[in-house]
Amino acid sequence: MISPAVAVSREFRRKLKSDLMIAVTALATLLALVPLFLVLGYLISKGASSLNLDFFIRTPRPVGEPGGGMANAIVGTFELVGMACLAGVPIGIGAGLYLAEHPLSTLGRAIRFAADITMGMPSIVIGIFAYAVVVRPMHEFSALAGAFALAVIMIPLVTRTTEEMVKLVPRELREAALALGVPRWRTSLSIVVRTALTGIATGVILAIARIAGETAPLLFTAFGNQFWSTSVTHPIAALTVQVYAFAISPFADWQRQAWAGALVLTCIVLALEIGVRWMTSGAARVPR
Amino acid sequence: MAEFFEATAGTAAVERRDARRRLGFGVRGFADRLFALATLGLGLLILSILFGLALALLFGSADSIQKFGLRFVVSTDWDPANDQYGALPFIYGTIVSSLIALLIAVPLSLGTALYLSETAPEWLSRRLGFLVELLAAIPSVVYGLWGIFVLGPWLRDHVEPVLGATLGFTPLFRGPRISVSMLCAGVLLAIMVLPYIASVCTDVFRAVPRTQREAALALGATRWEMVRTAVLPYGRSGIIGAIILGLGRALGETIAVAMVIGNRPEISASLFAPSATLASVIANEFAEATSTLYLSSLMELGLVLLAVGLLLNVAARVLVLSAKRGEGEGR
Repeated sequence: MISPAVAVSREFRRKLKSDLMIAVTALATLLALVPLFLVLGYLISKGASSLNLDFFIRTPRPVGEPGGGMANAIVGTFELVGMACLAGVPIGIGAGLYLAEHPLSTLGRAIRFAADITMGMPSIVIGIFAYAVVVRPMHEFSALAGAFALAVIMIPLVTRTTEEMVKLVPRELREAALALGVPRWRTSLSIVVRTALTGIATGVILAIARIAGETAPLLFTAFGNQFWSTSVTHPIAALTVQVYAFAISPFADWQRQAWAGALVLTCIVLALEIGVRWMTSGAARVPR
Repeated sequence: MAEFFEATAGTAAVERRDARRRLGFGVRGFADRLFALATLGLGLLILSILFGLALALLFGSADSIQKFGLRFVVSTDWDPANDQYGALPFIYGTIVSSLIALLIAVPLSLGTALYLSETAPEWLSRRLGFLVELLAAIPSVVYGLWGIFVLGPWLRDHVEPVLGATLGFTPLFRGPRISVSMLCAGVLLAIMVLPYIASVCTDVFRAVPRTQREAALALGATRWEMVRTAVLPYGRSGIIGAIILGLGRALGETIAVAMVIGNRPEISASLFAPSATLASVIANEFAEATSTLYLSSLMELGLVLLAVGLLLNVAARVLVLSAKRGEGEGR
């Protein structure tokens, strides 16, 4: 027989251990979030002081000359992302519709699997792919090659969100449309896609936020450019590549600009992420 | 009267058209088939992207594979000046930096996931989960910038002296201290993969059936004992899957690592020394590769990365999917 006193103390120890472990998990959560606040804090304190009007309307100056900005890189990022969307959004939505309509067929499974694998691919590998497919035949780094790489990253993301969102559309809605004599293709586009549109748009915006922050696949495709260029067949600047180039440079002035660029980049990406989640009240999630 | 005839003629036309459509003829039947074909084509495009990716890398690295064969992955000699290429330093750097990352990130992510799924009230859990996702949203070049100017110097001045003093008897924590190092890359990677592991683990824990928890509690388990005896064992394969997923992220992370690891193609026992990873050397040298063999060797590094990524991804997805199968029964 265990004496009551021992039983009570053992009970107490177990309870104490439980509370302690729960406190440890809370502490881990806190610790995990510390870098978020540190990074954002440094970005604001170092970036904001280097940010001025010139940053948004001027191109980079050569070493030694103070001033200059990243206007060309901001425009370049928008151009690259825009071109990637032009290809990535329709392809992603179309493929997503296919997956939603053939969820269990062998081909459907294979395509879903391929999308998942491509999604988990290191983005630098996709950069090499774009180099082999676009840069090599054209014999030049180009905005087109950069946009190609970004589109390849974007397509599986949009595909998988579209599939998930379309699956949520009630079957009755589709059946009602078909019963009214609406042809299948119109049912798909104006009933199913339309109903799932908020979710699909959320997925597209999150994919945009993701590719806007990509650096590695652009290094040897879009390459970066110190001058104004919007030509699709020539190297083009991008905010991420510019931040990278300036960050690893030995010049204090360029490093300051890198902080400013990083702040602008993070603001764009976080605005997209937070905006979308706020509008959809956190319901939507992009598969990873 | 004329109107009546027109109307019946119209009905007849509609009926004929419906019949044609049922049989798959006519403009609308054609449009349907065209649409089905188009979505099929776009789906196939995704398959061809993956195949194209693998083929492009395979053909791209043909020169290097022919010249070096298996020697490529065991040679430590990376010498572009003499056109000699060996991948071992990068493979070593990739593995070690990823292991450091997992060593730090896994316990923290497990703690975070447990707190979010077990302890935190709904409203707090949602907000904290959102912050964890933001951690994943920050572009990696921004982490790299922060790593160069803040994390690296801080580790050099405050962490490495302590590590050197307490664990300096091992070769891991010895040697000169500079702000770019394997350690810095590992810590930065830990921060970057943590949100992925944590969010998958949170999902896995939430998928543990309510009955499992209730059974443990009914037997008199404390909250922690419930977690240890019901939640963790049930989610084991999911946790392993999440860790493999995080490993895949860490292995392939490029730009942030390239900025803080120092990019020296040497194998050094010390974690304070600079190193290089598969991804970081591709990022650094690809655009400047002058000879065909050089470029081909860099592509072969990409091929290694692709093969490893493929393997890890498949394994992780299988494990996570099997763990989440009970989804919907949880809280």
